[in-house]
Amino acid sequence: MANSISLTMLVNGVSRTAETHPMARLLDVLREGFNLTGTKEGCGEGECGACSILMNGRVVNSCLIPAIQAQGATIVTVEGLSENGNPSPLQAAFLKHNAAQCGFCTPGMLIAAQDLLNRRPDADEDHARDGLAGNLCRCTGYVKILDAVKAAGGSQ
Amino acid sequence: MRGYLPDYDLTAPAFLGEALELLAKHPGQYRPLAGGTDLMVLLNAGQLPASRFLDLSRCGELHGIQETSTAMVFGALTTFTEIRECQAVHHHFPNLVKSARLTGALAIQNRGTLGGNIVNASPAADTPPSLLAYGAEVELISVRGTRRVAYDAFHKAYKQMDLAPDELLYRLHVPKPAGRTFHFYRKVGTRQAQAISKVCLAAFARLADGTVAEFRVGLGSVAPVPARARNAEAAILGRPLGALPIEAARQALLQDISPIDDIRSTAHYRQAVAQNVLGQMLRELSSA
Repeated sequence: MANSISLTMLVNGVSRTAETHPMARLLDVLREGFNLTGTKEGCGEGECGACSILMNGRVVNSCLIPAIQAQGATIVTVEGLSENGNPSPLQAAFLKHNAAQCGFCTPGMLIAAQDLLNRRPDADEDHARDGLAGNLCRCTGYVKILDAVKAAGGSQ
Repeated sequence: MRGYLPDYDLTAPAFLGEALELLAKHPGQYRPLAGGTDLMVLLNAGQLPASRFLDLSRCGELHGIQETSTAMVFGALTTFTEIRECQAVHHHFPNLVKSARLTGALAIQNRGTLGGNIVNASPAADTPPSLLAYGAEVELISVRGTRRVAYDAFHKAYKQMDLAPDELLYRLHVPKPAGRTFHFYRKVGTRQAQAISKVCLAAFARLADGTVAEFRVGLGSVAPVPARARNAEAAILGRPLGALPIEAARQALLQDISPIDDIRSTAHYRQAVAQNVLGQMLRELSSA
């Protein structure tokens, strides 16, 4: 029953194409097809948010997206957040507030926080908690992550 | 161990008509795929049976929310985010907005669909209690035409629905409430965010002349299917707001539910909490 599609997406501003099974996980296409290994796999079931990316401007779990549904999509991964090689204001806030411990959840946290700031540039504590509810940090470093997001909200 | 991709076949028809033709030609062979937030979890866990899948996401006819003079009509592929962001839904169906907000987190709400939530047929799904409380109807479609079924008659038994092998869930029709109304939604889980419910209760009432003129209660996680609390409803319907027989309704609720022990909770806990949430709702109703 195997079948294959030619999948073309705009990934971090660059048009990329991969031959893939239509039900392959978008996460695997990004990591193995395009070598964008910033996006992580945590739970593989939509609980942890480590695989978060922006698809057509919205945060999604890339482990739950069949490749075919990303055909023609605009994708932003954590590699696409920096601006001309410099940290984005959000990334700078994560650095300043020591918002990463082991760092495994950080790409997903950054993407979910960017999604929030895109929708609510003035995000406060409640918005940040709501916006990051789908991202788990096993180091439990949530306070500094929330501080960073609120600081980025204030500066953007 | 994750499912082996070559065992799966996926077709993405560009139009609803094409999808229906495929289902008619090969009844029972294709499994519809919407946002993937349930099926892809099974794939990742190696629990998705090898099959052919029909990706419905390109069928424009299944998308969108429309408002008529008497109802709101939701395409089966309406996402939870679209529900959250629709002002008319906030206005008419606040319980539905609350359900959508409590279904997974944002990343799931951006992908998961109302139709998928229904057809996945989990008794713990968050939107069905609200749809039951609002008296929704489902519209099914096949090459044979369309038909409408009251949502409270759609779920027959655990994961069994009034849905023929060649049919798709097409739209949901939810009548717009009129007059003085009361809305209540409460989901009880292990924690506030990202939890699957142990008990979920949605209620809608229309009030007239100081009495409960219309009343429906939808329940999740306390029966094999999302279920109406018909006995509890009967105890309350027509009663004056100032003298609601709350204890009688709490007792009647026991006839409506059949909770079980499972990984998330116990039958005992679910029964007690369902009664308590019903009591909380009725106290709020009595002072509405």
